[in-house]
This record gives sequence, C-alpha cells and structure tokens, in this order.
Amino acid sequence: MSGLLSVNGVNKRFRGLAAVSDVSFEVQPGEIFAVIGPNGAGKTTLFNMIAGAMVADSGTIHFDGRPIDGLRADEIAQRGIGRTFQIVKPFPALSVEENVVIGALLHTATIDEARMVARDILQQLDLSAKRNQIAASLTLPDRKRLEVARALATKPKLLLLDEVMAGLRPTETDRIVAILKDLNRTGLTILLIEHVMRAVTALASRILVLQHGAVIAEGTPETVLRERAVIESYLGVEEL
Amino acid sequence: MTALWNEIPRHGKWLTALLLLVFIAAPLVVDRYLLSVLVLVLYFAYLGQAWNLLMGFAGQLSLGHALYLGLGAYTATTLWLLFGIGPWIGVFVAIAVAAAAGLIVGWLGWRFGVEGVYFALLTIAFAEFTRIGFDHLGLTGASGGLFLPVSPTAHDWWNLNGGVHLFYYVALILAIAATLLAAWLRQSPLGYRWLAVREDPEAAQAVGINVFRVRMIAMLISAGMTAVGGVFYGFYYRNLFPSQIFDISRSIELILGPIIGGLGTIFGPIVGAIILTPVGESLTTFMQSSGLNVPGAKSIFYGIILMIIISLRPSGVWPWLAKHLRLDRPKS
Ligand SMILES: Nc1ncnc2c1ncn2[C@@H]1O[C@H](COP(=O)(O)OP(=O)(O)OP(=O)(O)O)[C@@H](O)[C@H]1O
Ligand SMILES: [Mg+2]
Repeated sequence: MSGLLSVNGVNKRFRGLAAVSDVSFEVQPGEIFAVIGPNGAGKTTLFNMIAGAMVADSGTIHFDGRPIDGLRADEIAQRGIGRTFQIVKPFPALSVEENVVIGALLHTATIDEARMVARDILQQLDLSAKRNQIAASLTLPDRKRLEVARALATKPKLLLLDEVMAGLRPTETDRIVAILKDLNRTGLTILLIEHVMRAVTALASRILVLQHGAVIAEGTPETVLRERAVIESYLGVEEL
Repeated sequence: MTALWNEIPRHGKWLTALLLLVFIAAPLVVDRYLLSVLVLVLYFAYLGQAWNLLMGFAGQLSLGHALYLGLGAYTATTLWLLFGIGPWIGVFVAIAVAAAAGLIVGWLGWRFGVEGVYFALLTIAFAEFTRIGFDHLGLTGASGGLFLPVSPTAHDWWNLNGGVHLFYYVALILAIAATLLAAWLRQSPLGYRWLAVREDPEAAQAVGINVFRVRMIAMLISAGMTAVGGVFYGFYYRNLFPSQIFDISRSIELILGPIIGGLGTIFGPIVGAIILTPVGESLTTFMQSSGLNVPGAKSIFYGIILMIIISLRPSGVWPWLAKHLRLDRPKS
C-alpha cells in the first residue's frame, strides 16, 4: 500500500448484475493512470466508489495511506480527491466563474480569495472569456472543461476524470491533453477513464482494462494494448 | 456590507435611498388604513426574505413555515402573559424554539433522504400536528385562543403595545434588516454553498460541501427569522388561534411574495410583497363592502395572480424589472 490510491478487491452489484467484481489496483503519486474498457464495463461505477458517491459491497479503498471507503463524497473531496462527472453536472443557473469559485471555497476562507483561484484555473482551461456566462448556456465541450475546472479548484491531490474528451474534436482533445500534462507536471496525480485512445496513449503511464466489471489487463500502454483480450474487447470500438 | 453597496450602480443607489425615504416618511402622509396595509407589505417582505433563504437559496421547499410563525408567536406571547417576560427578550426564546423545531423537521427529512415534494409534505404535516397539539394545550388557551390585553392609547414600545405607527416602524426595521442579512449571506461562502446545493446536490458534495449541514443552517436561520415574524404577529394582532396561525394558508401567503417577486433574489421578496399585499387587501375590502364574502375566494384569486405572473415572468418580476431599470449586477 505504497500508492497514493489503492483499491483492494472492490465489488459492486446492481441487483443481479456484477458491475464491478474484485477489482484491485494502485495509483502511484505523480502518475497518470487510465481505466479503459467497453461501454458498461463498470468504469464509472468504480469511480463512484472511489469518490464516495456509491458504497462498495466489499473491498477496501485507501487514499494517502488512510481508508476512505464508507466516507461521504464531501469527506473524500476534503481529503483531496477531485472528480468530474461523465454526464456533466454544472451548477446550471450560476456563472462559469461562480461554478469554479464554489470549488475553490473548499480551501479558501473568502469569496475574493476563491475568485482569484477560480480566475487562474479558468485561464488555464481557456474559459476566461466565458467566465460571466451562465453555465447552462455552454456547449458540451465547454461544460466538460468546466467540470475539470471546478474539480481542479478544490486543489486535489488526485483528480478523477470520467470521459472528459468524449465528444470533443481532435484539436480540442489535444488541447486538453496538453493541459492535463501540464497539471501532471506540477505534481497532480490523475486517474482517467477514457474511450479516446489517442488521449490515453498520449497521457497514461499505466492502463487498467475492465470488461464486465473485471480486470482483464493491467500494465504500461505498450504491453496492455498489445494483449489479445484487450484488442478483442475493443475490436471495432476505437482505432488504436 | 460596504462592498455590497458599492456594487449597486449609481442610479440604483438613488432609487434605494428614495424607496427608503418613502417608507420612512409614509406615516406622515398616509392615513391609518393605508398605513396598516403598509405594515402588512413590510411584514410579508420580511417573512418572504426568511422563506427565500431556504427555498430560493438552499433550494428546499417548505410549505409549513406557519409552524415557525406560530411557535414564535405563542412562545413570546405566553412568556409575556404568564411570566411577564417582555417581547424583546421573549423573541430570543421564540427564535430558539422555532429553530429547534426547524432542526427536527430538517433532520427527519434530509437525514432520511426525504426530498422535493415529499419534504414539502413533511413540513405541512409538522405544522398540522403542531396545530392539533396547540388546539389542546390548556396553557395557551387551547382552541379557544390566546389574548393579549388591548389598550388603544398605549405607547409602550418595550412591551410592543401601541398604535399602528409603532408596528409600522418595527416592521420596517425588520424588513430592512432581513434584506441586508439576505444580501450579505448571498455573497458569503455559505451563500455560494447554498446555491451549489440548490443547483445540484451531488455536484456540490463532490466539491466537498456537506449538503446536510448546509441545508440545516438554512433551516435554522429561516425558521428563526420566521419566528421573529410570529412574535410581531402575536403582539400586533393581540389574539392567537391555533387554527389561524398554524393554518396552511399562513404558510402559503408568505411564500407567494418571493415566488412572484423572484426566487433566490434579494429584492424579489420585497417587490412581491409590494405587488401582492395591496391587491389582496383591496380584494378583502371589496368583498366585504359588496357582500360577496365567499370563503376561499382570496386563495383562488392569489392562485390566479400567481399563474398569470409565473406564465409571463417565470423567474419573477424582479429580474425583469432589474433588467429594465438597468440594475442587474454589473459583471466585473
Ligand atoms: N445506479 C445503477 N443502478 C443499476 N445499474 C447500474 C447503475 N449504474 C450502473 N449500472 C450498470 O452497471 C454496469 C456498469 O456501468 P458503468 O456506468 O459503471 O459502466 P461504464 O464502464 O462507465 O460504461 P460507459 O463507458 O458507457 O460509461 C452497466 O451495466 C450499468 O447499466
Ligand atoms: Mg461511464
């Protein structure tokens, strides 16, 4: 248990369906770790358990050396895990800046201070020009970026990204990839779920492959993406 | 506070000052009847602010604020009648009692995942149960009512006993204080957290907000403030009946102003009260003078006004008005 995040034998069933079965892995501090797998593989469910949005049926999750399973989502955010939602969840009636200010309030005492943090992050994510727009008026790619911005504003040690590149044009994907690389260079550990292989190969130092809730492969991109089972589960889904 | 004031555009400051002046000077010009209508305007502006904190800011619908109104009214009047404790001290006990009741309602609802409409039903149920309880509480006169002595010539502000002028200025101070409090809370970290929880509780949790706690604080403040309105009601009308003060129509009438004026806005509850109260009062007068006093007619009338305004201005009158007066927040 030397990792920043260690997941041990985690299970989650929805009625009869084993959404996540006996998944274990470790994320080392400073790395970018990707979770891939076909639709319905259990990736989001796994995220929800790490972030405290769902309770695992069994298994343990440690973050920074301490158990976090059973904690509420807000307690886990306070411990230093930030997350985005695959189906974006902005605060729709509030401005882009207010959305990010709320994230920043986790570690700031005043609105002015939070606003400073928010503006820096909006700058970083190319959202500065839109900071006074109502979040509900953003396009999907911008909403995805807002998800990242709001999570970053909480100053996480570990950032969970759930398909933030889905639906983006290749140039936009490249831009986000560059931003994430920058963030990682400044010490942020990232755990990302991604279908866009172009982004995964560009970012991840290690990959975990899920299928039907179970781990079918784990390792560096070079080894994992050469494995038969992985190629088969992805056949026709994405170009590698 | 000064930062808030500075944010208002120049002509907005003049308008605010003018409005204040009008309200301060009104008793010098208007007659007693009109002044009593203005008392109600201020009273509903005040209660609207209290309710709006919970609904407009924290996003939780209470249809049972009569509970806190009634507890406030009964607590302070009973303390005065039985123990001679004046309303200026009794009000603090009233706040504590109502806030405690609010915490029980909030705890039962939000701890056990009672959300939305079901939460609203829970708030109604609590007000109703409490009404039934008070109907049988001998200490406060049960269903027969509680009465404070009326002396038309009294000028006793310490015991909140006096003419309409006294109550007018008390209501004015309450309305101004509640508006300042709402404005201050709105731009505080707590206010931002309320909005986050209102907009999306799950996303709010994901940025480290304790949704339950934040809602409980909203309830605490809202219920406490409403209790102060109840103390005012008790000493102003000087008679209390469980069937009136705890009635659902009390809960409904205090939420119409903020809805019509604009939920989650600072001036919405004031604008709503200014629009709605005089209309309601003229209707009452008209029905009485024309002999058309059909029970429930006022509720139906309010319902119609609500439907018309909500279909024309779904987010309320104030946001629309603010835009036309160019008073919307300048984006810095
Ligand atoms: N709250 C839920 N209740 C019942 N079943 C659920 C729930 N959430 C997910 N599931 C089911 O669990 C399985 C795993 O879903 P999950 O969303 O974790 O997959 P995923 O890998 O994120 O898929 P995608 O790539 O489409 O996002 C699916 O079969 C899904 O239908
Ligand atoms: Mg998913």
